Amino acid sequence: MRRAYFKNNWIAALMVTPQLIVVFTFFYFPASQAMYWAFTLEQPWGGGNTWVGLDNFRAILSDDLYWSSVWLSIVFALGSTALAVGMALILAIFVDRQLAGYKAYKIGMIWPYAIAAPAVGLAFRFIFSPGAGIMMFVNQVFPDLWNPVENGTQAMAMVILAGAWKQVAYNFIFFLAGLQSIPRSLIEAGAMDGARTLRRMRDIQLPLLAPTFFFVLVINITDSFTDSFGIIDTMTAGGPSRATNLMVYKIFNDGFQGLDYSGAAAQSIILMGLVIALTFVQFRYIERKVHYT
Amino acid sequence: MIERTPILNIVTHLILASGLILLLLPMYLTIVAASHTLNDVIAVPPNLLPGDQLWVNLTEAWTKGHLGDRFLNTFIVAFGVMTGKIVMSCITAFGLVFFDHRLKMPIFWLIFITLMLPLEVRIVPTYAVAANALLPFQTLLDLSGITWLISAVSGIEVKMEWNLLNSYAGLIMPLVATATGTFLYRQFFLTIPEELVEAAKMDGAGPLRFLWDVLIPLSRTNIAALATIMFVYAWNQYLWPLLVVTDQSYAMVAVELGRLVPKLSATGGEVPKWHIAMAGTLIVMLPPILVVIFMQRWFVRGLINTDK
Repeated sequence: MRRAYFKNNWIAALMVTPQLIVVFTFFYFPASQAMYWAFTLEQPWGGGNTWVGLDNFRAILSDDLYWSSVWLSIVFALGSTALAVGMALILAIFVDRQLAGYKAYKIGMIWPYAIAAPAVGLAFRFIFSPGAGIMMFVNQVFPDLWNPVENGTQAMAMVILAGAWKQVAYNFIFFLAGLQSIPRSLIEAGAMDGARTLRRMRDIQLPLLAPTFFFVLVINITDSFTDSFGIIDTMTAGGPSRATNLMVYKIFNDGFQGLDYSGAAAQSIILMGLVIALTFVQFRYIERKVHYT
Repeated sequence: MIERTPILNIVTHLILASGLILLLLPMYLTIVAASHTLNDVIAVPPNLLPGDQLWVNLTEAWTKGHLGDRFLNTFIVAFGVMTGKIVMSCITAFGLVFFDHRLKMPIFWLIFITLMLPLEVRIVPTYAVAANALLPFQTLLDLSGITWLISAVSGIEVKMEWNLLNSYAGLIMPLVATATGTFLYRQFFLTIPEELVEAAKMDGAGPLRFLWDVLIPLSRTNIAALATIMFVYAWNQYLWPLLVVTDQSYAMVAVELGRLVPKLSATGGEVPKWHIAMAGTLIVMLPPILVVIFMQRWFVRGLINTDK
C-alpha cells in the first residue's frame, strides 16, 4: 500500500471537481432522467408526467416489434463478433510469428481502426449495392440473386459484414498484444520439447490467450449493441421493412422520430441493463483470470 | 523461431496476404469508384481499375459537401475533446492517486461506472440535458426546496438555462464525460514510485509543482496515446452531432457523409451519385488514418491500457 501522500486535500478536491460536475451533468442526471421517463407517461394535453409504474415496460415487452429488434440485435452481435474475432485471431497468431514483412502486415491490419462507422457503412453499401459495381454484374449473370434493398436477410448479411470488417483491427491489436505478452521462454521450452510451430500455437499460445479472448469477445458484443448505429443508419436505415432495425436504432427512431420519450427511455434502460450485465460477466471473468505464467 | 519451416512460412504469408486483401479490398473499390464518372461506376462489366477522374470527383465532393467548413468544425471539436479529456483525466487521476482522503474510493467508483455505458445507450436523456445544460442543477435546487426558499425570501424565481444545441460546447462536453482517459492516467500514476513523491516533498515541492514538473513530463507517452485515441473517437462521431446540430454551420464530417447518399427508402429509383459519395468518403477517412499510422506505437499501447 502506498504511504507517501500530499496533505493539501483541498487541492485534491479542486482537481476532482471538474470531472465530477461533467459526469453528474452528462451521465448521472441523464441516467436518472431516463429512469423517470421510463416509469412515467407524458400527458397528451400537457400538464407534466404521470406515474405509470411498469406500464411502459409492459407495453414494450408485449410489442412484437421490440422482440424482433432484440432478436435482430442478437443475430447481428453474434454474426459480426464471430467473424471479427475469428479473423483477427487467425491474423494475429500468424503475424506474431514475425516473419519477413511483419511491420507492414501489422500496419496493414491496424489502420481500419481509424475509419468511422458511417464511412464503412457507405463504402459497403456501395460495394454491395445491386445497382452498381460488382454486384450489378453478378445480378446480370444470375438475375435477382442479390438485392439487399428488398431482401431482409441479405440486408442483415451486408450489415454484419460491414460491422465485422470495422471491428477486426481493434481485435487484432488486442490479440497481438496478448500474444506478445506470453513469455518467449515458454514457447522456447515447447520447441525444445519437440513441439512444432502449429502444435505450439494450439497447446501454448491459444490457451494462454484465453483471458484476452474472452475480454475481446465481451467488448465486441457490447460494442455491437451500441456502436452499430452509424452502420445501420448509413446502410439500411433499419430496413427493408425493419429487417435490420437493431435495438439502438429503434431507440433513436422511437425517441427522436416518434417522440415517444417514455418508450425510448424504457428501451434505453433495458439496453443499459444488458450492457451492464455483460460488463459484469467480463469483470467476474477477469477477476478469476487464471495466471499460467 | 528456431526451426526451419519453409512450407508453413509460405502458408503463413498466404494467410496474411489474403487477410490483408480482405481488409484493403473495400478501400480499393472505394478508390476505384471515386476515380470514375458515374456512368463508368454503374457500367457492366464493372471497372476494376482506377480511372482518371479522381481529382475531379474529390474537388466536387469537397465543394458539394461543404467539406472545408465541416473539416474546420470537426478539427475544433476533435481538438476540444482531446485537450479537455487530457487535462481533465490528468488532474482527476492526480487528485485520486496522490492524496489520501475518505471519499477517494467512492469518487473513484462514481467516475468509473461511467465506463460501462456509452453515449449511444443514454442518448435520449442526454439530449434533454444538451437542450439545457443547467437542467440538472435546476432540478437539484427544485428538489431540495432551495428554489422555493429563494422565491419565498426574495421573490426571485430561479431559472437557469444554458442551451448547448448548435454549439461547440454541446458537441464536445458529452464526449468528454467518460472515464476512459482517467483510467489510463490512474493506471500510470499508480506505477510512479513513492520515493519520487517523498523526494519531491523533501525538496519542498507542493502537489501542484510535483504535477507540473514531475508527472506531466513523465506522462508524455500517455498524452500521445490519449490524444490519438480521442482524435479518432471525436473525428468519427456520428449519432451525437446528428442530434445536437441542426444549424449546418456546426456540422461535422461524419454526419455529412450520411447525407452524400440518400437513405435507402428515399432513393425513388434514382441512381445515387456513387462516384462523389466515395470521393467524399475517402476525404473524410484520411485524417484519422494518417494519425493512426503515424502514432501507431503510442496509440496501440494506450488503447490496451485504457480498456483493460
